[in-house]
Amino acid sequence: MTAGVAGLSVVDLREVALGFGDDCLVLSHRLAEWTTHAPELEEEMALANLALDLLGQARSLLTLAGEADGRDEDQLAYWRDDRDFRNLLLVEQPNGDFAVTMTRQLLFSTFQELLYRWMVTGTEPRLAAIAAKGVMEARYHVEHARLWVQRLGGGTEESHRRMCRALDLLWPYTEELFEPTESWSRAADQGAVPPLSSIEEPWRHSIESLLVDSGLEIPGFPAWQSGGRLGRHSEHLGHLLAEMQHLHRSHPNASW
Amino acid sequence: MGGPAEQPDFRSVSHAEDWPLWEVFIRGRRGLSHQHVGSLHAPDPELALQNARDLYTRRGEGVSIWVVRSTEVHASDPDDQGPLFDPPSDKAYRHPTFYTVPEDLQL
Repeated sequence: MTAGVAGLSVVDLREVALGFGDDCLVLSHRLAEWTTHAPELEEEMALANLALDLLGQARSLLTLAGEADGRDEDQLAYWRDDRDFRNLLLVEQPNGDFAVTMTRQLLFSTFQELLYRWMVTGTEPRLAAIAAKGVMEARYHVEHARLWVQRLGGGTEESHRRMCRALDLLWPYTEELFEPTESWSRAADQGAVPPLSSIEEPWRHSIESLLVDSGLEIPGFPAWQSGGRLGRHSEHLGHLLAEMQHLHRSHPNASW
Repeated sequence: MGGPAEQPDFRSVSHAEDWPLWEVFIRGRRGLSHQHVGSLHAPDPELALQNARDLYTRRGEGVSIWVVRSTEVHASDPDDQGPLFDPPSDKAYRHPTFYTVPEDLQL
């Protein structure tokens, strides 16, 4: 195995960048689905901005992931099938109502900000550069989600009910956030990425304190869904990819 | 998941009350004062600032944002335009144009 920077193998760097890049790409697509459907014009712009931030991060990460075997970002985004995607199950879950979308954003962006914050000083310079740019964006995404979760949780009876339902629906998928793949563990040993166990406590604390402030609570059952990082996805990802990839596959190499 | 049956009836919500209008003022990178750039809807000041950030500073325009409820802005009456703004028009001496600038002054 070729050794990359800081003793990180090219394959491990590829797997780490691919997993994290796929998270950004898939969630970006989900958020873009709100375009023309958002409850307010202003919120539609906000969601589109989040989607574009994540798309930018996805491009950097997939470009990095593709270097190992000479594939570019488009080949990775458009020519892989669902079994080859390495994103978390959480980000592929359908938008549902606005409470589901904001809960998903809160759970993921809080996780992402903690990772980026750590990776800025990691030993892999390209990951650190992507993290340095992404951390400011992630901070804003977290802030946006927190403002809405507070308002929905403490809003009307109906908004509170929907927030509770959204948490029950998405909580099972949070287990996987802290399950490292073998590549991730080796990258963590090399100091390129944090051990996921070190992120879990601050993540849980951040989510829990917000929920308490918002009159909500972490669901009483354990999280248990996982498999996305290994390519075992819910049926939702296939439908998402069909829409995302259809145009490119119908007209290979077409450009604007 | 929220199917069509779950969609709230937005018509029952008092939009003007829950999502009032805000005026947005941005101070640019080299600007000395905040300039009015437009307006938007938001339920409260925090979200008004977030929305302003998304709508009006997407291209790095600003370093500071003010939002003010539109109902708090009191405007002059267009019908009073004559009495309010015409009187100074024949008082050219109010403009600092009657000074002779010394020749060696570097402006």
